[in-house]
Amino acid sequence: MDTYTKRQYLLIGIFCLTALIMISRLFYIQVIDSSYKISANSNVLRRQINYPARGLVYDRNHKLIVYNQAAYDVLVTPREMKAFDTLAFCRIAGVEKADLVSEIRKARSYSMYKASPIIKQLSSHRYAILQEQLFKYPGFYIQARTLRQYPATIASHILGYVGEVDQKKIDDDKYYESGDYIGKSGIEQAYENELRGVKGISYMMVDVHNRIKGSFEGGKMDTAAVIGKNLISTLHADLQTYGERLLAGKVGSIVAIEPKTGEIMILASSPSFDPGMFVGRERTKNYMTLLNDPLKPMLNRAITASYPPGSTFKLANAIIGLEEGLLGPDIRYSCNGPRSAPIKCTHNHETPLPLLSAIRESCNSYFFQAFRATINKYPTSEEGFEAWRNHLMDLGIGERIGGDLNAETAGNVPKTTYYDRFFGKGHWNVMTIRSLSIGQGELLLTPLQLANMVSIIANKGYYIAPHVVRSIQDFDKSERELSFEKHVTAANPFLFNVIADGMQKVVEEGTAKLAAKVEGIAICGKTGTVQNPHGAAHSAFVAFAPKDDPKIAICVYVENGVWGARYAAPIASLIIEKYLNDSISPKRKPLEASMLSADLISAMHLSGGD
Amino acid sequence: MKSNNNILLSLDWIAILIYLTLVMMGWVNIYAAVYSEEHQSIFDLGQQYGKQMIWIIAGIVLAICVLIVDSKFYVAFAYHIYTLVIFLLVAVLFLGHEVNGARAWFEIGGVALQPAELGKFATSLAVAKYMSQFGFKMARTKSYLVLGTFMLLPALLILLQNDTGSALVFAVFFLVFYREGMPDIIIIGGFTAIALFILALVWTQLSILILLMLVSVILFAFLRQSIKEGIIGFAIVSVIYGILFGLKNIIGFDATPFHLLVITSILTVLIFVAYGLAKHIRQAWFVLLFFIFSIAITLSVNYFYRNVLISHQRDRVDNLLGIKNDLLGAGYNVHQSKIAIGSGGIIGKGFLKGTQTKYNFVPEQSTDFIFCTVGEEWGFLGTTVVILLFLTLLIRLIYLAERQRSSFSRIYGYGVACILFFHIVINISMTIGLAPVIGIPLPFFSYGGSSLWSFTVLLFIFIRLDANRTKNLR
Repeated sequence: MDTYTKRQYLLIGIFCLTALIMISRLFYIQVIDSSYKISANSNVLRRQINYPARGLVYDRNHKLIVYNQAAYDVLVTPREMKAFDTLAFCRIAGVEKADLVSEIRKARSYSMYKASPIIKQLSSHRYAILQEQLFKYPGFYIQARTLRQYPATIASHILGYVGEVDQKKIDDDKYYESGDYIGKSGIEQAYENELRGVKGISYMMVDVHNRIKGSFEGGKMDTAAVIGKNLISTLHADLQTYGERLLAGKVGSIVAIEPKTGEIMILASSPSFDPGMFVGRERTKNYMTLLNDPLKPMLNRAITASYPPGSTFKLANAIIGLEEGLLGPDIRYSCNGPRSAPIKCTHNHETPLPLLSAIRESCNSYFFQAFRATINKYPTSEEGFEAWRNHLMDLGIGERIGGDLNAETAGNVPKTTYYDRFFGKGHWNVMTIRSLSIGQGELLLTPLQLANMVSIIANKGYYIAPHVVRSIQDFDKSERELSFEKHVTAANPFLFNVIADGMQKVVEEGTAKLAAKVEGIAICGKTGTVQNPHGAAHSAFVAFAPKDDPKIAICVYVENGVWGARYAAPIASLIIEKYLNDSISPKRKPLEASMLSADLISAMHLSGGD
Repeated sequence: MKSNNNILLSLDWIAILIYLTLVMMGWVNIYAAVYSEEHQSIFDLGQQYGKQMIWIIAGIVLAICVLIVDSKFYVAFAYHIYTLVIFLLVAVLFLGHEVNGARAWFEIGGVALQPAELGKFATSLAVAKYMSQFGFKMARTKSYLVLGTFMLLPALLILLQNDTGSALVFAVFFLVFYREGMPDIIIIGGFTAIALFILALVWTQLSILILLMLVSVILFAFLRQSIKEGIIGFAIVSVIYGILFGLKNIIGFDATPFHLLVITSILTVLIFVAYGLAKHIRQAWFVLLFFIFSIAITLSVNYFYRNVLISHQRDRVDNLLGIKNDLLGAGYNVHQSKIAIGSGGIIGKGFLKGTQTKYNFVPEQSTDFIFCTVGEEWGFLGTTVVILLFLTLLIRLIYLAERQRSSFSRIYGYGVACILFFHIVINISMTIGLAPVIGIPLPFFSYGGSSLWSFTVLLFIFIRLDANRTKNLR
């Protein structure tokens, strides 16, 4: 009766086939493909990061020098944003509308689902107002952060600053995520792991409008934030302040070390900047200003600037000469004053003279002859130079000393290969490299290396790698002392006596007698006047005091300071006096005043020199 | 009294049981989809699940009413019902209530009624009535014209209401016509056209032309039962293309491979026509027709796609075919829906434990995307059970239809099965990214009185007809 009855099976076939297709597809997305489960979690789970407060930094007397201040970042998740009154929002947050629009655009292009920071480091005051109004702006959140705060604007270079972590670091270290803060320089960078603490993460369940619906699995996967550890630094805040005041108006640096411990008490570099400039919303602008300043205020001259050491280096040559047995109390070299060859001596003194007098008088002729004797002690100039160079390395010169100063540079002590390349192998000798005898030529040292060298003399033969952090303070206030490498030089301790004697003479009778002498304190020092092809000579001075129980070793360097005795020596002596006597004697007040007010930077600009 | 007893006994309880199971499952899943801590009672009338309970009770009352009416009524008044529904469809255009840009609702005393839903069973009745007339033959032009009008009239009116999904449903009547004797060629042609439509969107014209030429030659060889002619065909195409390619390189005229292929196909067609004429081969004309018809579809797709479809429809298709991947725009619903279903795993997250469901990541989850809740909370097991239940119901309906004595009941039964089939396939497929997002409900599951009642009436009229299966209704 019905010829098409069979077609029912075709229709049933179609029904079954489509059911099969749908079930297979469901099997694929529900059972095989796990990506949907991950997507579901990322839909519903909001990772909330709790940033711990960064550790505080104290000076050597437990005086607070770096602390925290609360600040708030505004984040936005573009997908959840609704149309809002931009003008009102801008007024509350204190931003320009154009900036807000462009930040939102950036956030959109980064991700529609992930929250991106659009306003950073909102003040507590604006935060309070915004928090109240936040319900009007779906998709916007506030993330509490802590910012660095400084009671005084000191030690900016060595304290360093904190900034947003860069992409490279994020790729290398899983701990960091976009928007996190990290120490970018100085102590903040070197002790990042101690200071940062541990971020806490809590997982919250949210609905499609990002409203928090509760914790995920009862908070089982949450981790608590651990606040950062405090640092007890070796810096002496008052002395640092005093040093920076003395350096004001000059380009230069001061490094003061406690010789016995290698603890750096002053690490000043001038010109400086306010560490607060790297905090808050103006950070980028300030950074560019500092970067473009011709005086390079961000450069930490104390540990990165390499200068020829000038006459201060004669101390190193003296130690080497003694070690080689070529110098001694009774070994004298002659000096012909200005007629000396190949290096003339500008000082007027006895001749022939012993080491003690040579240091006191900073006799070029003497130190050239001592240097020549050292080099020529060996069969070839190369071997002699190599031996001389090794002595320097032993004194912590020519390479990074390696305390906790990340930015420290090595300076430069040339290798034989340098002279070989320059003059040809076998075509150079002590005459070719004679400038090294008086600390000129290719030789470059950092002020830190000079100060360390003085520490060695003060300690009679050893140093502890100079460092800026003494101990790490745990939450229970217990302190863990850090230990730094102690390096004992090859030189016999008694050899240093004559050098210390010479240095004391420098201050009492010699080149620094007017500038550095302090009643009642046995200061041992050495001036340096560093020839500078670009302008006025640099003024350098190294010293330690008191002679018998050294408590401070110091190096002061003032660029274009003309004579070692003109600026560097007075500044060093003032610091020593301040440190050991707590105050400046009335007799020396005028000197202090003239140092405080000396302004070489403006003078340089006025004279049009570089 | 006796006839009443008879009716209860002769009802198909299997279909009714499946219906009740599905409705209950739908209710539970709606509860899960809109569940909130504040309103925990499933009987809370202020919530969608509370209202759905009312719709279900009303639906069951409606089903009983449908069963009480004598089956002869549906045959006798088929056209009247159809006319009335058409009238309502026109009226709603002017008097209707606008929701989401679609003027498709009447509001009567707080209850929204959607005439488009009524169109489904009304058209089924009218089609069944017309096709069961004495002396009806599918093969007549007149039959096609009349049936085509029955389908197109409500479809067009619904299109005017901006409800493309519901309008598309009427296309399934072709499956009913097929069962009643429509030639294979129309169904095959239809599927070919759909396939070509999708290919034309995804592939370049060059690839489609190559495909069509291959298929044509193979088709010809198949119809002629001659592998030799197939090979000769390929040889001719290759040789002509080779010569053209050689000429292009020697003379150096400017032509893309597509141009060369077009010229090749024109030359091949000419040779083919000459061969067909010379040998009087009937199949040659058929293959030629197929080839030209296919080319015409391919070429018109672009026009249709750019000018006829509205931009959001285009976006949905683009997203489905992977031409565009806009997870936050047109692709958002489907993406979220796949996440919800996919995250369910094998056994699901458990009743009321679905995070995507609970926190509203999928829009319209109680209506068009109710299947997501099943997928997320009941897992692969749940979705499979639901699909198998639906499949069982469909097969049962076909079985029931085939046992009818009167062709009216059979045709109507097929109409019911095919309409349900279309809804189930399109709705589930769209939630798992197999079909574009066409807003049609999942029968018996989706929230909403109108759709639940219309499916109930659709189904129970057939169950009523089936109770009288031994009678010859006309």
